[in-house]
Amino acid sequence: MSYLIAFLIITLIAIIALQIGRVSEISSRIRGEEETELQNNNSTAGWLVIFVVLFLVACVWSAIYYKDQMLGYGPWEASSEHGKELDGLFNVTLFFTGIVFIITHWLTFWYAYKYRGRKGGKALFFAHDTKLELVWTAIPAVVMAFLVAKGLVVWNNTMTDLDPEAKVINIEATGYQFAWDIRYAGNDGQIGKKDYRLIDMGGNPIGLDFTDAATLDDIVLGGSDKIVLPVDTTVRVAITSKDVLHNFYLPHFRVKMDAVPGLPTYFIFKPTKTTAQMRQELKAYPEWNLPYDETDPEGPKRWEKFEYELACAELCGKGHYSMRRIIEIVDKDTYKKWEAALPTFYSNNIRGGDLDPNKDKRLLPFEIKEREKELRREVKAAMTADSSNADAKIIRFKNVYYATGSANLEDDSFYELDYAATLLNKYPDIKLEVAGHTDNVGDPALNRTLSQQRAASVRERLIAKGVSADRLTSAGYGDTSPVDSNDTDEGKANNRRTELRVISKN
Amino acid sequence: MTNTETMYQTDVLIEEQGFDDHFHEHHHGDKYQTNFITHYVFSMDHKVIARQFLITGMIWAIIGAAMSVVFRLQLGFPEESLTWLKPLLGKWIVVSDGVGKLAPEFYYALVTMHGTILVFFVLTAGLSGTFSNLLIPLQVGARDMASPFLNMLSYWFFFLAGCIMFYSLFLNTGPFSGGWTAYPPLSALPQASSGSGSGMTLWLVSLTLFVVSVLLGGINYITTVLNLRTKGMSLFRMPLTIWAFFVTAILGLLSFPVLASGFFMLIFDRSLGTSFFLSEIFIGGQALDRVGGSPILYQHLFWFLGHPEVYIIILPAMGIVSEVLSVHARKPIFGYRAMVFSILAIAFLSFIVWAHHMFMSGVNPFISNFFVLFTLIIAVPSAVKVFNWITTLYGGNIRLNTAMLFAIGFISMFISGGLTGIFLGNSAIDITMHDTYFVVAHFHIVMGVAAFFGMFAGIYHWYPKMYGRFMNETLGKIHFWGTMIGAYLIFWPMHYIGMAGVPRRYYSFDTFDAFKHFDTLNKFITVAAIIVFFVQLLFVLNFFYSIWKGRKMTTQNPYGATTLEWSTPIEPIHGNWPGKIPAVHRWAYDYNKDEREYIPQYVPLKDGEEGDH
Repeated sequence: MSYLIAFLIITLIAIIALQIGRVSEISSRIRGEEETELQNNNSTAGWLVIFVVLFLVACVWSAIYYKDQMLGYGPWEASSEHGKELDGLFNVTLFFTGIVFIITHWLTFWYAYKYRGRKGGKALFFAHDTKLELVWTAIPAVVMAFLVAKGLVVWNNTMTDLDPEAKVINIEATGYQFAWDIRYAGNDGQIGKKDYRLIDMGGNPIGLDFTDAATLDDIVLGGSDKIVLPVDTTVRVAITSKDVLHNFYLPHFRVKMDAVPGLPTYFIFKPTKTTAQMRQELKAYPEWNLPYDETDPEGPKRWEKFEYELACAELCGKGHYSMRRIIEIVDKDTYKKWEAALPTFYSNNIRGGDLDPNKDKRLLPFEIKEREKELRREVKAAMTADSSNADAKIIRFKNVYYATGSANLEDDSFYELDYAATLLNKYPDIKLEVAGHTDNVGDPALNRTLSQQRAASVRERLIAKGVSADRLTSAGYGDTSPVDSNDTDEGKANNRRTELRVISKN
Repeated sequence: MTNTETMYQTDVLIEEQGFDDHFHEHHHGDKYQTNFITHYVFSMDHKVIARQFLITGMIWAIIGAAMSVVFRLQLGFPEESLTWLKPLLGKWIVVSDGVGKLAPEFYYALVTMHGTILVFFVLTAGLSGTFSNLLIPLQVGARDMASPFLNMLSYWFFFLAGCIMFYSLFLNTGPFSGGWTAYPPLSALPQASSGSGSGMTLWLVSLTLFVVSVLLGGINYITTVLNLRTKGMSLFRMPLTIWAFFVTAILGLLSFPVLASGFFMLIFDRSLGTSFFLSEIFIGGQALDRVGGSPILYQHLFWFLGHPEVYIIILPAMGIVSEVLSVHARKPIFGYRAMVFSILAIAFLSFIVWAHHMFMSGVNPFISNFFVLFTLIIAVPSAVKVFNWITTLYGGNIRLNTAMLFAIGFISMFISGGLTGIFLGNSAIDITMHDTYFVVAHFHIVMGVAAFFGMFAGIYHWYPKMYGRFMNETLGKIHFWGTMIGAYLIFWPMHYIGMAGVPRRYYSFDTFDAFKHFDTLNKFITVAAIIVFFVQLLFVLNFFYSIWKGRKMTTQNPYGATTLEWSTPIEPIHGNWPGKIPAVHRWAYDYNKDEREYIPQYVPLKDGEEGDH
C-alpha cells in the first residue's frame, strides 16, 4: 500500500511539473518568444551572479568553519616529521588554486551576467589574441613548475632510502582479510624471513621461516594489542599481504602504502608526538571535550580516549572497513621497557612444537645467549643475597645434561658451566657447594651415588675452567630434597637437577 | 536574437555551391530502412544509432544513480532500517530485530557497479556514442558514417554488454564487488569475495564486449572524420566538437586494447591456472600453488586505459561546451587553434600520466617523479581551455538558455574539479589524499558532474536535431539549478571529509574514532544526493515528454548557428541532405564578424574575406 501511495505521489509531482512547463510555454507564446527570451536572459543572468556570490562565500566560510577538524590545521596537524612538510605543500597548493578558483569563477559568472543577450545587442568579434594567450599559457606553466619542484622535494625527502647506519625500528605489517599481523624485529633489529607456504593458521599465521636465525627473536603482537612505537625515532614498516591488496594507512602520520602479495613494500616515518601529548593538545578544542560515548555524557571526553589508528585504504573485500589497529606513541624509555617484556614468537609459540624445524636441537644460540643473561642475574643475586634467605642463595643449572645413568656431562652442558665459572671468578671469596638431586625413580641408594658422582663431575668442569678448587665442594642428595611433586613427569624433571649453593662469604 | 526570419537561402546555396555525390540517384540508401525493424531497431542510420546510444545511456544512468542513492542511505543513515527496500533487493537486505541492514557485500557490489556503469556505459557510450554518432556526419558534411554496418554493430555490442552486466546484478552470489578498477588478486580469486565468482566472470565478458563496441565505433569515427569531410572542410575548419570526438576516438582506439589485454590475462588467471597477477598468496586456508605474477602489472594495464579514459569522457564534453558557448554567446570561440592544440596536448599527455593513480601502490618512488611532472603539465592546456571559454563569454550577446547554462556550469565544475587534481597529482600530497573522499570529490566533479553537464548541454542544444522539437525550457532551468546547486552540495563537503583522512569505499565509519565524527556531513550529502536524483528524473520526464509534446522546431536553424547540421531539413532524412551535400567555405565560428550576425560555413566568402583563423 505504501508503495502505491509513493508511486501516486511521484506521478502527481510529475504531472504538476509538466503542467508548469506547459504553462510557461503557452505564456511565452502569448507574449512572443523573443520577448520571453530577453526577459529570461535578464532573470537568469541575475541568478547566475547571486549564485556565484553565494557559492564563493559558502566555499570560504565552510573552509574556515571546518579548518579545526580538517585541512592539517590544529588538531589535524601531522604527527610525523614528513607529514608536516606535506601539510605545508598542501597549503601552498591551496593558496594558488584558491586564487585561481575565485578569479575564474567570478569572471565566468560575471561575464555571463554582464554580456547577457539584450535587444539589439551585438557581440564582439574577438577570435584570438596571441599575446593574451601566451600570457595565460605562461602563468600556469610557471606556477605548475613551482608546484612540481616543491612537490618533488617533499616527495623525495619522504621516500628517501635509509642510511644503512641509521638507527631505526623495524616492524612489519602483514595484511589479510580482515586484520593486520604486526611483527617487531626483536633484539637483532632484523625482520626475519617468511614464506607464505609455511603459513599454518593454528601455529604460524604469518608463515615465519624459523630456519632463519633473524626470525627466532622476532616478536608478533596479539591480534588486539596496541602497536607501541617510540617518539622521535625513525620507524621502517615493511608492508606485506597474505591474500589480496591492502593498504597500510596511518592518517595522523600521513603514511599510506599498499600491501601487495608477493611484493614487499615499505614506508619510513618518524612520529613526533606521543599519544599522551596529542591528548593534551586536543584538550584545547571544544569538539574534543564532548563525551566520547554519546550515550554516557558523564563518561570520558573524546580527547581522553584519543588514539592513533591504523586503517586499510585499499578495497580488500567485504570487511575492508573494519581493519582497525591502535598505535600508541610513547617516550623512548617506556618503549624499551615495553619491548623487553614481550616474549619472542618462536620461544613462546613454536619452540619444541610440531612446527619447530629445530625441535631435535636442545639448544639454539639465542637460547644460550638468553640463559647467559639470566645466569648473570642469578649469580649476582645469589652472591649478594641475605644469609637468612636460603632459597635465594641457590643457583639452579638449567642446561646441564648427563648421559643416561652416567655422570658424564654431555657437550650441551659446557656453555652453562663454563659461563658460570667465568662469573664465579668475579667473586673469588665465596665458597660454594655443587649439589646433585634426582627424582624418586629407582633405588634411593643408587640415586644418591649417581647424584654424588654427577655433582663431582660438574665441580671438576668448573675447576677446569679456572674456579679454584678450595672454593668448591660437591654433594649428592639423591631424592631427599625434592623441589616439586614426584607424581608428575614435569615435577620429576624439576627434581632432577644440579645446583650451586653459596655456603659462605669470607 | 531568435532567428525567426531565414537569413540565408540555405537550400539555394547548397544547390548552387554544393558538391554532387549522386547519392540520391542510386536509391541504394533507403533499402535498409524499409520497415520498422530496420528503421528503429537494427538501424544503420547514424542519427537513429545516436538516439539508441543516448536512451540506453539514460537507462543505465538511472540505474547507476539509483544504486548511489542506496549506498548513500547506508552512509548517511546507517541506523535507519532499509527493510522497505527488501522487495527490490531481497536477501541483500539483512533483517534482524526488525531493522533491515544493507549487506556489506552488496554495498561493495553497488559501489562497484555504480562506477562501472557510470564510467563505461553512461559517460563513454552514452556521451561519446551519442554525440559522435549524431554530429560527426552532420557537421563534417557526410551522408552517414564510413561504415554504417560497423556503426550498427557498435551499438549492439554495447547493448549486449549491457544485458550481460544487467544479468549479473541478479546472480545468487551477487555482481562483482571489488571496485570498478577490478584489481587482482581480489578480482582474480573467487575465494576472496563472493562477487569475484560468477559476478566477475560476467563483468569481464560484458566489458570485453564493450571494448569491441568502443573499437568498432572509434574506427568508424576516425575514418569518417578523415575521409568523408565535405568539399572545403579542411581539418582546421572543423568545429571543436568534431576535433574532440576525433581525438577521443583515437584515444579509445589506442588505449582500450590495452585494457582488453589486461582483461584476457585476468581471465586466464581466473580460469586457466596462469599467474600473471598472482604471487605468494594464502587464501581460504590454503597456499595458492602459483607464483611469479605481479598485481601491479594489472594496475599498469588498467590505468594505461584508465587515465586516457577520463579524457575519453571529458573531451567530448569539452567539445560540446565549446560549440554551445560559441553559438549562444554569438561569438567565435576564442583561440580556436589554441583549443585544438590543447585538445591534442591533453590527449598526448593522457598517455604518459597513468601511474599517478599508483603512487601508493608500491611502484618505485623514483618513477613517480616523472608522472608528477607530466600530470601537472596537463594543468597548462586545461587552463588555456578554461581561459578561452571565459574569454568567449567576454563581450558576447549571451542567450542564457538551458544548454548555455549547462555549458557555463561545466566551466565551473571543470575549474573546481580540475584544481583539486593539482593537489592529487603531486605525489607527496597524494600520500595522505589517496583513496580518501577528497579523491571521490575530485573525480566526481571533474569527470562525473562536468561530463554530465557537457552531455546535458549537448542534449538540450541538439535536441531539436534529434527529435524536431525543443525540450521545455522551464523544466530545463529547474533541472539546471537543481543539478548545479545539488552537485556542489553533494561533493563539496566530501573535500573536507577527505582532508580529515576518511577513506573511500567504507561500508561504515563507526569502527574508527578518526572517521566516525562526520555523520552530520554524511547525512547532508545523502539528502542532497536524493534530491539531485529526483531532479534528474525531472530531466528524464522532460526528455520523453518533449519527444511527443515539445515545442516544434519551425525553422531549419533556430539558434542561428554556423555549422552544417543546421542546414539539413527539419524532418531528418536518410543521407542528411536531400540534394547535394553542402560545400564549406569558412571555419565554423563566423559570428558577428561584419554586419552579419552569423555566417554559416556553406556561405561563400566575399572578396577579400578570410575563411580560416
